[in-house]
Amino acid sequence: MKKLLAATTALVTGLSPVLASAAECTNDTWNRVMSSGKITVGVKADYKPWGFRDTSGDLVGMEIDMAKDVAATMGVDLELVSVQSSNRMQFLEQGKIDLMIATMSDRADRREIVGIVGPNYYTSGTNILAPDALNFTNWEELRGKPVCGKQGAFYNQITEQKYGAEIIAFTGNAEAKQALRDKKCVAFVYDDSSIMADIASGDWEGFGMPMPTEDDNPWALAVAKAEENCVFGRFMSGMQYNWHVDGTLIALEEKWGIQPTAFLARENERLKDWLSE
Amino acid sequence: MLEAWQEFFRNLAGDYPTWNFIFFYDERQWGKVVSGLWMTIKLSVVCVILSVLIGIVGAAMQGSKNRVVRGIVSGYIQFFRNTPPFVQLLFFYFALGAFTPTYSPDGWLEVPIISNVGWAIISLSFFAGAFNVEIFRAGVEAVPDSTQEASSALGFTRLQTFAYIVMPLALRVSIPALNNNLVNLVKTTTQAFVIAVPELLYESITIWNDFPSAQNPMMVLLFVAYLSLVGILVLGMNSWERSMRIPGYGAGS
Repeated sequence: MKKLLAATTALVTGLSPVLASAAECTNDTWNRVMSSGKITVGVKADYKPWGFRDTSGDLVGMEIDMAKDVAATMGVDLELVSVQSSNRMQFLEQGKIDLMIATMSDRADRREIVGIVGPNYYTSGTNILAPDALNFTNWEELRGKPVCGKQGAFYNQITEQKYGAEIIAFTGNAEAKQALRDKKCVAFVYDDSSIMADIASGDWEGFGMPMPTEDDNPWALAVAKAEENCVFGRFMSGMQYNWHVDGTLIALEEKWGIQPTAFLARENERLKDWLSE
Repeated sequence: MLEAWQEFFRNLAGDYPTWNFIFFYDERQWGKVVSGLWMTIKLSVVCVILSVLIGIVGAAMQGSKNRVVRGIVSGYIQFFRNTPPFVQLLFFYFALGAFTPTYSPDGWLEVPIISNVGWAIISLSFFAGAFNVEIFRAGVEAVPDSTQEASSALGFTRLQTFAYIVMPLALRVSIPALNNNLVNLVKTTTQAFVIAVPELLYESITIWNDFPSAQNPMMVLLFVAYLSLVGILVLGMNSWERSMRIPGYGAGS
């Protein structure tokens, strides 16, 4: 027993320096980016107008503009990597990307996996794209009906568990929307601002966004977990703070034709510099 | 016992946030795992049986004297063997699916008569079936001409010769290659994921999307599940091979 105790004590004391150093900052990502002169940012390629490909195949959008500003502020080159909802956190964990700005909803369990730093730069809620012909007015009407969604979106879970819809989740937005057009489901569940952008694009004649938006949820960008409370995490907090204060986010929203959200106006007001006019 | 088991995995998830075996203590997630596994088993069993039948019928048609019949079989093989199953699934579900008859439960929805599960079964069975035809053809060609001549000398018709003489011998020659192809088929059922067939991979990815902490455990589950499924299939095929063995014929004689 004594031996066991001694062994345990030795093990614990032996381990404690390791544990202590784990909490300290090594700033690996930051140092690598600064020394190599290039930052790799994971963005969406199928999420108009936040991250998508223009007609020449280049990644563009509101989040790409944000990534460009990060690279410019750090004084490094920018490399964009397209990520999907279902792999974006893994890409960050494995170091394939240094920073992720990919329309991610800020959820408690996600904060355990990746380093999410505030203040949140955007928010959106759950809604559906559905044909006007069906005259949906409230969420309860979806019970037991087939609803298309995209793998990896947290909107699916809410629609399924709260309202009992039957979610058919496809790997990409394109397949899910095609299935809706083919009338394989009664609606496509996604976030309200993306659906509004779709409707505004004019490709969805006869479709609308009929439900009251549910579960407004802020979005977050993320750095690797180890960088969360270190230089890179703090730096990204500062970037987001400034985007709110100087109105960059509101300007970008307008530039990309996104309906102005009350959230950005509120944050701009809340974080306002007290000395400014 | 069950309580202690669930408690253990709940604590494990608390101590190690990336090892959340959520399906062991959350009833809803457990239900998803079970229904996904059941769908995978159904897909595998139905596709294995259909693909073997397609293989046998195809091999019989290849031996036909009619050029058109032989042409149809070889066209079928070229189409299904030379295109990726992934593309076939998308093509069947989205392109051909638009032309199948539909019914409408609410006046707007057009539910196709062939569901995504139906298309997955059709596509995967024909895909594996194309390989099976070639596998059986190799077996048929291994049966000596003299054996077939002897059977026709005894008054067997062409069909009888195929069914009673050639196929039983050809099957024994074909089993090892057939074994390979069927193992491949079971693994290919994961690709039905692309048309949202709720099989094991689909449900696993759904779970780890909803609970990012459960990704590693879901990966482990997937490996264990497919190793066991393929293991059972291989054991079955091996014992079938042994029970079919004719002393003095083929390998191991």
